Parts: sequence; structure tokens; C-alpha cells
Amino acid sequence: MVIKILGAGCSSCAQLEKNTKEALERLGLEAQVVKISDIQDILAYSVMSFPALVIDENVVLYGQNPTVEELMQLIRDRGL
Amino acid sequence: MSIFRPVQIFADWLTYSIFAMQQKSLAAEAVNFFIFDTIKIFILLSVIIFFVSLIRSFIPPERIRKILSHKYEITGNLLAAFFGIITPFCTCSAIPLFLGFIEAGIPLGVTFSFLIASPMINEVAIVLLLGLFGWKISLIYIISGYIIAVVSGVILGKMKLEHLVEYMVTRRADTSLGVMKLTWKQRIRSAKNYTAEILKKIWPYILIGIGIGAWIHGYVPTEFIMRYAAGNSWYAVPLVTLIGIPLYSNAAGVLPLVSVLTEKGVAIGTTLAFMMAITGLSLPEFLILKKVMKAKLIIIFATVVGIGILFTGYLFNYLLS
Repeated sequence: MVIKILGAGCSSCAQLEKNTKEALERLGLEAQVVKISDIQDILAYSVMSFPALVIDENVVLYGQNPTVEELMQLIRDRGL
Repeated sequence: MSIFRPVQIFADWLTYSIFAMQQKSLAAEAVNFFIFDTIKIFILLSVIIFFVSLIRSFIPPERIRKILSHKYEITGNLLAAFFGIITPFCTCSAIPLFLGFIEAGIPLGVTFSFLIASPMINEVAIVLLLGLFGWKISLIYIISGYIIAVVSGVILGKMKLEHLVEYMVTRRADTSLGVMKLTWKQRIRSAKNYTAEILKKIWPYILIGIGIGAWIHGYVPTEFIMRYAAGNSWYAVPLVTLIGIPLYSNAAGVLPLVSVLTEKGVAIGTTLAFMMAITGLSLPEFLILKKVMKAKLIIIFATVVGIGILFTGYLFNYLLS
């Protein structure tokens, strides 16, 4: 599983990264968490509001900063 | 202003009973003005930013792009400027928005209408206008700003400036994103967080602005302002437009000051031009757009919007004099 966090340098992106890692830890799962900040790479996902969360190449959230609990739910929903 | 009557009573009580200041003294009036304005502005900001961001959660930029990508010019400009009003703007989001729109095949002029309206007609400016100048001036500001965004976008579109976009635009056939399912709880939490974030960012500016404003209100005589602020000479409008360009991040602090100057007799068209220049012509935004467009395009863009602002300033100085 690869989780990508898209963000153009906003403060909430760091928050999302931290929360994602915590959600994974609480679920006891291993996943690669990658931060994407290059505009070209971000646009490839058609996202314009940040932060955005991409799980296994699917955009699951954009312009939102979810709680750890919501992230756990999102990761579980992705079939793990 | 009757809904703020309790705030006035509180400000009076604090000034005259708790601080025991002398009725009608200049210091007391300045303190009273400061307490009243600060509380009123913060109540308005919290309530309005919260509701605007709640509405916003239903129409993210990704959705706006989808709607606009099916529209042609004029209709596109009218819609883009409208959506610009409800979209928040920060310099960090300017580039992804600009490129995201262009890549979806939205015409450059339509994209500009959006980019002009978004910072110019934002909720913080509207709240400050509403709180400090009343609804009539706020409405004039919103309508003029909207017209400037639409007309400037149409003109820029007609100028065929696409070659000045300095970025390899990859046309994407499909830019649609799945609709996010958000619960009301999530929307409310987001709106609350956003409101707190904005307030945290601007509160010092507002306090300083109202503080200086209160001092001018209490101590600086009107004749002095009229003599030195040159509020009504012919060059006042272009002068304030230029001064407004580097002031973007301080809009919240400048507006309370401007309101006091208006109260002391500076013409309303000049005030409108000043506020529009602060929000609509922003130096940080130009610097960041430089990454994706030639300087020439930024200059043309700023000039067209600048002319619109000057026109508005002169028009209302003439109409309301």
C-alpha cells in the first residue's frame, strides 16, 4: 500500500502526514507514506485543493484535513 | 446596527464604570470606540467565515472547474467571477488553481475572471466593509468587484495571450474527480478549523488597525486629515491604488484605518479604489504567478484590473460627491 499526501506547502499538509502515520500505527499496518509537492505531479491527480490524500493511486480526499479516526476508516475502506 | 446594541452597552460599561474614564473625554471616546469595534468585528468575522466555509464545502474548486470547462466565454466569465467570490484565496493556491483550470481547457480569460474575483471579493474584506462601512458600501464594493472581474476577464480573453503562459500545459481529457462523501460533522469541523485558522492569522492586524483607527477617531481633527490626506484631489485615486498593491496581507489592519479616514471626509470612491487595490492587485500573488507566466502577462493582467479599479474610484467619487 502506498499513501501519497499532495500539498503545495500548506501547514495542513504536515498535519495530514502526521495523522496518517498515526492512523497506520494504530491500525498496526505498514505502508509507504510519500509527500508530493511538485506541482506537475500534483496536477496529474487533477487536484486543486489541499491537502489531498491518495491511497494506491486513488484520490480519496481533497481540501480536507481528517482526524486520525477518519483516516483509519478511510484506510480500512480501501480493503485492508 | 441594533443587533450590536448589547456590545455598545458592554463597551460603555467597561469604559465608564470599570475603567472609570471621564464621560465625553477624548481618551474615553477612543477606548470606547476600540472596545466596541473590536468585539463587533470579531463576532462578524467568526460567524460569516464559518458559514461561508460551510457553503464552500459543497462547491470545491474541482467541481467549479468541471462546471466551467463546459462553458464558453462571457457565460464562462460571468460564472467564473461568481465562483471566485465563494472560493477562498491564498497565494499558495494560485498556481494549482490557474494551471488546473487551463489544463481542463478553460479559456484564459475565464480563468482570469476567477483569479480576479477570488481575492478581491473575499469574506474577510466583506465582513470588515459590513462592520465598518455598512451594507450599502459593501454592496457597491461587491458589485463593482464582480463587474471588474468579468470585464477584465473578457478583455484579457480577447487579447489572445495564451502564448504568454510559460508552462507546458498538458491538456487532460478527464479532470473529473470522484465526489467526496462528507458528513455534516466533517463539514462543520472543517469550517470551524478554517475560521480559527483565519482569525489566528489576522487578529493582530485587526487590533492594530482598530487601535490606530480609534486614536485617529478620538484625537486627530477632521481638518488635519482633510488638509494632509488629500482625500479629494484628482490624484488621490491613482495614488491609493499604487499604495494598495504591496498591502495585501495587511488588508485586515488597513481597513479599520481607512474607515476612520472616510468618516473624517476622505471620498468614498477613493476608499473603494484603495480597498480593491489592496485585495485585487497583490504583489505576493504576482510574484508567485511569475513561475507560470511571462512578466508581460502579469503586467497586462495588473494593468487591466488597475484601470477597472481607477474607473470605479473616479465613478463613485463623482456619483457620491
